[in-house]
Order: sequence, then structure tokens, then C-alpha cells
Amino acid sequence: MTKWAVKRKRGPAMNNASGRIALGRPQVWGPPTAVVLLFGLYLTFRRFYFGLGNVTALTDYQPWGLWVGFDVLCGVALAAGGFVLTGIVHLLNFERYKSVVRPTVLTAFLGYILVSVGLLYDLGKPWNIWHPLIMWNPRSVMFEVAWCVMLYSTVLAFEFSPIVLEKFGMDRALRLVRAFTLPLVIAGILLSTLHQSSLGTVFLIVPNKLHPLWYTNLLPLHFFLSAVSVGFAMVILESFVSSKLFNRSLETHIVADLGQFMVVALMLVLIVRLQDLAHKVTWAQVFDGSIESWFFLAEMSCFSLPLVLIFLFRNRMKKMILVSAAALTMLAVVLNRLNVSIVGMARSGGFSYFPAWEEVSISLFLVLMGFAVFLAATRYLPIFPPEQGRKGH
Amino acid sequence: MEPLGLLIDFTACIGCGECAKECRKVNGLGGTPSETDLSANNYTVVLKHEKLNYRKLCMHCLDPTCASVCPVGAFTKTELGPVLYDQDKCMGCRYCMMACPFGVPRYQWDKPVPVIRKCIFCHHRLEQGGETACSWVCPMGATRMGERSHLLEIARARIERHPERYVSKIYGERDAGGTSVLMLSSVPFELLGFPGNLSQEPLPELTWQVLSKIPSIVLTGGVLLGGLSWIINRRIQIESGELGDDEMGGEKKKGAGDE
Repeated sequence: MTKWAVKRKRGPAMNNASGRIALGRPQVWGPPTAVVLLFGLYLTFRRFYFGLGNVTALTDYQPWGLWVGFDVLCGVALAAGGFVLTGIVHLLNFERYKSVVRPTVLTAFLGYILVSVGLLYDLGKPWNIWHPLIMWNPRSVMFEVAWCVMLYSTVLAFEFSPIVLEKFGMDRALRLVRAFTLPLVIAGILLSTLHQSSLGTVFLIVPNKLHPLWYTNLLPLHFFLSAVSVGFAMVILESFVSSKLFNRSLETHIVADLGQFMVVALMLVLIVRLQDLAHKVTWAQVFDGSIESWFFLAEMSCFSLPLVLIFLFRNRMKKMILVSAAALTMLAVVLNRLNVSIVGMARSGGFSYFPAWEEVSISLFLVLMGFAVFLAATRYLPIFPPEQGRKGH
Repeated sequence: MEPLGLLIDFTACIGCGECAKECRKVNGLGGTPSETDLSANNYTVVLKHEKLNYRKLCMHCLDPTCASVCPVGAFTKTELGPVLYDQDKCMGCRYCMMACPFGVPRYQWDKPVPVIRKCIFCHHRLEQGGETACSWVCPMGATRMGERSHLLEIARARIERHPERYVSKIYGERDAGGTSVLMLSSVPFELLGFPGNLSQEPLPELTWQVLSKIPSIVLTGGVLLGGLSWIINRRIQIESGELGDDEMGGEKKKGAGDE
């Protein structure tokens, strides 16, 4: 999506006739977006008119595919920047990261909206999505995840609201929301801790189906820690992409410090994971050349490489190295979620599933729509603080 | 009434397929009969392994994994034994299919309004005092309905009397915490595609161990985070000199002011 965004920037949008805002302005709507939109609508029609089987390769033996693995699991993990950064800024009072809070909260908010929309595609009867509200089953992890995601989306809406209230000059409401900043942030961290880890707990129920390279009692802990690490990675990537898109200077020292947090989080991820694996998996299993072992090695490489890349301060200060490390971390978490939900489950499901092009297209369509909304939001709302030495909005 | 069960003795099965036929009839299942595996239109299926005929169907676990994972509680284990599914509650997340240790629930992939399908232990017939269609129709008595405890006794006796005919295992006695459906076979169950390494404990325990800790995580976490921010904020206020002397709690300073 990054590539797409950068490409779009070279569109005609750079001429800023109004001159009201001195930022570079990538254009959101154009022929490519329209094509993606129409195509997405066509597949959406097929999905809801003919049923899941018409657009997915899902089977009775592997009933969860790309939409759960990518849209939901990766979506939630990649939106972790929200609780990680609000915690650091509002709870631990690291004021200097304040400038990246708004774009991060916006991304997290959009991320959760995308997860919900993705879920509407994946659920067989999406019009029943509200059922967990009144039909309780406290023994179900999924029930807990449903509640946490609903509540956290509400928290994010409140955390996002000052941006809108500010835009429309609703000062009293703004003061009211601001008074609740800290309780909201704490609620956000708790809810995120719960559902980020619970998405790992979801797979505790399949000890006989999930491959031993991924199945462990520590799945909840691992899901949580990796979500924290990718939270930092996303803030770094986002700062970088925004700086490219809007011709803003990258605040290198701030981003480099976030890289340091990321290093610590990644070390925790690896220590928890490797220590646990050492008990139950042999070297032979890791290198047995099976499809699982290859995906496992790819995932572990992506988790370890960023450590090597940016452990030293002088490397963290190099933009390209830092961004590569963040991108690798993102890839690591994406691989991990897909490995747990699809690759690791494939053998027990008789390798009956491989994503259909329609599934891939709809996932892509949702991501692009999310990106378009992000760009639109940055255009109409005060997401980025005015840069020093330039006239603000 | 005592909880019911089915005892299916594969060694007595002649593979006539009457059970599957009758099942499709009494449950009004459409589509085509399956000869390979369970499907959305086939609650049970008769299969062949070399000379042995055997059946597949929902095992009706004593502590069903599907019932524990369903976010809206669409599955219930009735006192009598059947595990039932309420399609009006279901939102189609398919976690039951993922979680079922026996890989039983099937989905209507080709329907715009799909539901989960699986054997319902002919509960509508049980309610009228009848018995399951498959056991009722079986000409060989290979599938037999009865009180689960009684069926277990029968199964044990059969293995004892004919150790040469059976593998020494009653499938479902303890697997995944025990199931209402019990099976006897002359061939190891793993060879027939039944998972052989299932825990003796009900699977829902695995997730409950984590879920049950949530209240304490929330309370401890809330206090920890709130306290952390309280301490940090106070230190910042002290350092920036925002606090009045009273709030600093410094007796000395106050005293100095009085002088």
C-alpha cells in the first residue's frame, strides 16, 4: 500500500491552488481508485449473493483462510500502534512523541474499522454480528474478543474525537473528552492487552491441529508481545510514509527512539518464543524441509533481523536501515499470524486450502479503501501538527 | 433419565448404508448422498477400510468443544446427550469447525444464508420417546442406542470376551473428555481417520485456564497502570514546581515560611 501511496503522490494533486495548507497533498480519488472500487464492489456482490464458497477457497477441513488470517488477525496486530503509543505518551508522559499520536490513533481507528468490515465479509451471517451483545458465552475466547474489540473500538472513537471536535471548534465537548484522556488510555491498554493476547488464546483449543512449531501454551503471551513490537514498527513506518507523502521532515531522533523500544519488544518476543520452542521442538523438526519449516524459518528471520539491523544507535539514526527494520518486523508479525491461522493448520486440514484470487482481491480492496480514507482524513482533519517554520492550518 | 449414547461396533457392520439413508430421510437432508465423508447434507457416512466397515458422525462430546468456543452459545449439550445447534443464534464465524477435535461440523459454503450442519442425535425423535434413526434401522445391531453407562459395560464385555476381534479401546470413553458416541473396532482408530492422540481432559479447559484469569488481569493491570501514571505525574509536577508548598508535604518549607 506504501508503494501505491507514493505513486499516487505524483498525481496532479501537488498543485495546491487554495494554498490554505502548506503540506504536500496526495490525491485520493482518481481512475486507479475507481477501478479498485468497482472491482471490489463486483466481488462484494458475488460474496453476498452467492455465498462464501463462490469467492473463497475455504473448505470444511480448513474453514478459516485469508480473511481471518490477514484481515482480522493481522489487522488487529498492525493496529497495535494505537495502545502502545497512547500509553507511552499519556501514561508514561513521553511528551516528545506527541506529534505522532494523532496519525497513529487515526491508523488504529481505521485499522479496527477495517477489521470489522473484513469480519462482515468473513462471517457467514454478518447481520448477526451484534449477537454477542445479548447472547453470552463467557467460556468462549471469541466472545471475549468480540466484546474487547467492540469496547476498544469505542475507546478509539473517543481518542479520535478531539481531532474532529477541534476541527469544528466544539470547545466544551473537547474539554470534556480531554478530561477523560487518562482513563480512556488505561482502558485502551487493558482492552488491547486482553484481545491481542486472546487472539492467540483462540488457537489453544487446537492442540491436535496446529503444527508444533506454533502450538504452545504461551500463544497468548506471544501474540501480545509481538503485537507490541509491531505497534512500534507501525508508528515508525507511518512517520516515514507520512513524511514522504506530505513532504514533511522526518523527526529522526524521535523515530530512532521508537526503534529502541521496538528492539526491546523484539528481544522479549524472541526470548519467550525460543525458550518455549527449545523445550518441545528439535533442530531436525526446524530444518526438515517441510513447508511448515520454511515458513517458520522465514518468520523467525524476520523477527531476528531487525535486532541486528538497529541494535546500534548509529544504525537507528539511518533512515533506510530503521525503516527496513520496521518493515521486517511488520512482515514478521504478518507471517506469524498467517502461519498460526493458515500454514500451521494446513496439514491437519489436508492442505485443502489455498487463497482464491477473489479473497486476495477483497483483502487488497479493503486495505486500499482504508488507505484512501486515511488520506482523506489527513486532508480534512487536523491530523498532523503544523510544522515549525511553516504556516499552520 | 440417564444420559443416552450410541454404541457402534464396526466389526458387526456389513456396510449396507441403511443408517445413512434413514438419517437423510428423517432429517430431511437434501443434496446427494456422500460416499466419502461427512458433508452439509450427510450427517453420517459409512466408509470402508480394507474389510472393515465403519461410520462417521458427530461424537456428541460430554463437554463439547463446539459449545465452549461458540461466541454466541449456539451449541448446547442437552442432559439426555445430544449436542444441539441453534442456527438463529449463529453468526457464522466457524470457530466450532476449527475447534472440533473430531472435525465434524460442516458448512453450507454455497448458500448466501449458510448454517452449520452436523448430526443432531435425532433429538426430535428422542423427545417423542423414539430412538435415533441409524440405530433403529440397523439390521445387524451394529449401531445401538442406550444409556451410555450401560453401553460402556456392553463394550467392555465384548472386548473381554473377544480380545482377538477388537483393538483394546473403546473410542469415546475418555477421548476429549468422553463422548456420548462410543465405538469399537478391529483396526486401530487412527488408521480410520479418528484422531488418536486426543487429551483425556475436555479441551475447553485449555482456553478456560487463560480466560478465567481475565478479571484479575484487568484489576491488577488497571491498578498498575493507574498507579504508574499517578507516580510519574506527581514527579513531573514536583520537578516543574507546579505544586504549592502544602502539596509538597515538606514540613521544613512550611516552617520556614512561618518564620
